[in-house]
Amino acid sequence: MTMENTLSSLPVGLEGRPVFELRGVSKTYKRRNVHALEKIDLRLTEGSFWAVIGSSGCGKSTLLKIMTGLLSPSEGSVMLSGKPVTGPRRDIGMMFQQPTLFPWRTAVENVVLPIEIRDGKKAALEKHKDAKALLDLVGLKGFEQVYPNELSGGMAQRVAICRMLITEPAVLLLDEPFSALDELSRDFMDMELQRICKERNATTFLVTHSIPEAVILSDMVSVMSPRPGRIAATVTIDLPRPRTLEMMTEPRFAAYVKQIRELLDKGAFL
Amino acid sequence: MTNKQTGANEEAACETVWAAEKVSWIDRLPRAVTMFLVLLVFLSVWQIAFMLKVISHIILPSPFATIEEIVTVGLNLLTGDYMLKALWTTAQEVLIGFMIAVVLGFFLGLLVGETDFGERMVMPYLVAINAMPKVAFAPLFVSWLGFGIASKVALAAFVALFPVIVGTAAGIHAADQNARMLFRTIGASRWQTLTMLKLPTGMPHFFTGLKNAAVLAVVGAVVGEFLGGGKGFGELIRIAASMINTPRVFALIIYLSLLGLGTFGVVLWLQRKLIFWHKETITTEELFE
Ligand SMILES: Nc1ncnc2c1ncn2[C@@H]1O[C@H](COP(=O)(O)OP(=O)(O)O)[C@@H](O)[C@H]1O
Ligand SMILES: [Mg+2]
Repeated sequence: MTMENTLSSLPVGLEGRPVFELRGVSKTYKRRNVHALEKIDLRLTEGSFWAVIGSSGCGKSTLLKIMTGLLSPSEGSVMLSGKPVTGPRRDIGMMFQQPTLFPWRTAVENVVLPIEIRDGKKAALEKHKDAKALLDLVGLKGFEQVYPNELSGGMAQRVAICRMLITEPAVLLLDEPFSALDELSRDFMDMELQRICKERNATTFLVTHSIPEAVILSDMVSVMSPRPGRIAATVTIDLPRPRTLEMMTEPRFAAYVKQIRELLDKGAFL
Repeated sequence: MTNKQTGANEEAACETVWAAEKVSWIDRLPRAVTMFLVLLVFLSVWQIAFMLKVISHIILPSPFATIEEIVTVGLNLLTGDYMLKALWTTAQEVLIGFMIAVVLGFFLGLLVGETDFGERMVMPYLVAINAMPKVAFAPLFVSWLGFGIASKVALAAFVALFPVIVGTAAGIHAADQNARMLFRTIGASRWQTLTMLKLPTGMPHFFTGLKNAAVLAVVGAVVGEFLGGGKGFGELIRIAASMINTPRVFALIIYLSLLGLGTFGVVLWLQRKLIFWHKETITTEELFE
């Protein structure tokens, strides 16, 4: 029952090969002169799960976009598997708050979209079988040929997960992926996500608004403070794996939630 | 006591809600019946106005004379007489003009919507031309292209062009930020983003443009015929009007509008077929855009 609170400038994940390394990443949006991020240092190790939590507008999405290569940092460097990130990369899977499915494609066609874009129609057709297996895995058996407007929000988000996973990315970057869902679906999806991450030994970086979600899933939880976005503190979550929803009722869990809540409250008034 | 009172109030509130949702007898009639009733009322008012001589009979003929003419013109069309030839001429002008507008409008829309050059350099000119009364160009087209079918085709295409450009360009901008971001993270090329994201997303906008263009192409062709002669339906209308045969003019206009309605209908059918995911009804807004 150790509760470490690493406030060092370079939080380090669990032991293991570093996958993502950010050094001194700052970002200023030139057009509106918004100083969004200030000297972010991060090191994600293979197979670890890292969550970032912070009030809205504190630069979480900006950080994620820099990590995917959608945005370039104003300062600092981003390395993925030892190579600098300069543009979108194949080995990254990304997911947003909205499922962003395309209504003219069936569920399975939505899932194979990344394959179709990267390797063409024929390769995508060959992947239909894998896509169906993935849909089955997230409990969407029988919905393969259904169009998105017939899916509920939770189902659509599960299709989006499959689309992210079809390319077998080594790193998952998730921007508030379940915050549009009701709490019950969210808990269910969190457990699904944990299972998938473990199965694939994926390295995961999750942005969330929910403290319980961050605690139940993560090895490390960072708290961001706003204007400019900075990592104010990082908490190591020392709960046994696999995590279960029952753990949410344990005092250890409650203690982590309280600790992070306090850090957040402090960060907000810094 | 107070409890009971609030209870009663709630009931009253419920009742008013129900009353508001009551369906009037007009809404319960089949649509065809109500439409026919509206027509009947319209014709009666017309007949009364005719009998009271509110307006000179030359300007406003009797509804019966008009209906008679509709039948006469209809028979002429059915027997494949000269009127059918005239209608075919106009139909050709409309269809060719419409197709030119669709192809040209699509490419100009792409240029304006997808490229920086188009947006900065071409767009201002298009906006300026669009602000002009386009049918006023008719005499120019006639003097450039002569009294044949070409000048009418050109005017129809010219008038119908702009809604297609606007629809295409608006469609290209319709894809939301998340979808674009997703395509970028997947590593889609510009061409892939255009064909697999922007164009399918923009289809409803594109079709709104097409529907407006279908109606405007008829306007262009007929104005062209009014000013440039020829052998089309517009010419027949002009002749009938010059002979003060008002019932004939009305009848011809009705058949002419079937042409616009037909093109509109084909586009609508195609839209329902192609954009199966976009459930929409035609809004009045869209019709009068
Ligand atoms: N494209 C942009 N141009 C200018 N400012 C931006 C842009 N995107 C985000 N910002 C600003 O940067 C700050 C951080 O935004 P964001 O990373 O989206 O925050 P979060 O995801 O934590 O809610 C906000 O103040 C926001 O207004
Ligand atoms: Mg955000």
